Amino acid sequence: MSLQVELEQHRNVLIVRLRGELDHHTADVVRFKMEDAILRGRCDHVVLSLKDLQFMDSSGLGVILGRYKLVKSRGGKMVISDIQTSVKRLFELSGLFKILSVYETERSAIASLEVVS
Amino acid sequence: MSGHNYMKLAFASRSENEAFARITVAAFVTQLDPTMEQLDEIKTVVSEAVTNAIIHGYNGSEQGTVTVEATIDGDTLSLTISDEGGGIEDVELARQPLYTSKPELERSGMGFTIMENFMDAFEVETSQGGGTKLRMKKRIESKKALFN
Repeated sequence: MSLQVELEQHRNVLIVRLRGELDHHTADVVRFKMEDAILRGRCDHVVLSLKDLQFMDSSGLGVILGRYKLVKSRGGKMVISDIQTSVKRLFELSGLFKILSVYETERSAIASLEVVS
Repeated sequence: MSGHNYMKLAFASRSENEAFARITVAAFVTQLDPTMEQLDEIKTVVSEAVTNAIIHGYNGSEQGTVTVEATIDGDTLSLTISDEGGGIEDVELARQPLYTSKPELERSGMGFTIMENFMDAFEVETSQGGGTKLRMKKRIESKKALFN
């Protein structure tokens, strides 16, 4: 019922893997850990990997949108990888697909960013 | 499955209870033999409603009580999620997609839109200072019925 946030830096790309359930209760952990890594690290771009995210509600949409804005304001790009069906529906409802690119795998997400930078 | 069943859950307005509430309701609903997608929808809806009660109803105070009731009648699930908090000032505005009264908290403003989309019927009963009660219904067509 909790959430684990795994961070990994790959050149100038920060890979964030969310494992567990992202709701209002766990949103703060994601916000703080990502914010800290983005502001302190030397990463320009972010790949948010949702392969092991078992649950997400609208609190998750808020936290993802917030980090997207932060990365964008610093001139970087944030992309999503390995999205589950249930999370995909929330993205569709909220129109998040219009601003966030989604890739099937982490590898293809990273590849898309290396073309950018 | 047919027949009638009922459950009621009351808990403190603390954010860790959001997961508790959605998992409990999901466990209750499994007797209708829902698909994974239907179960995900119900969990999401319960999570949205309970989160709203905590953040908006009680304004983050952990002193309130959130009540979740679920009724099964034949193949229909009815959910009632209520709080005795501050109530919603403008329900029409609150139901607008992407509208949030608390943008500073990074709320997406999608809670009501998600609940309306994932359920077949959705009603809001609220009054200033008198709390909020959300009533929702969803028909769960049994997988067994589809195969028979």
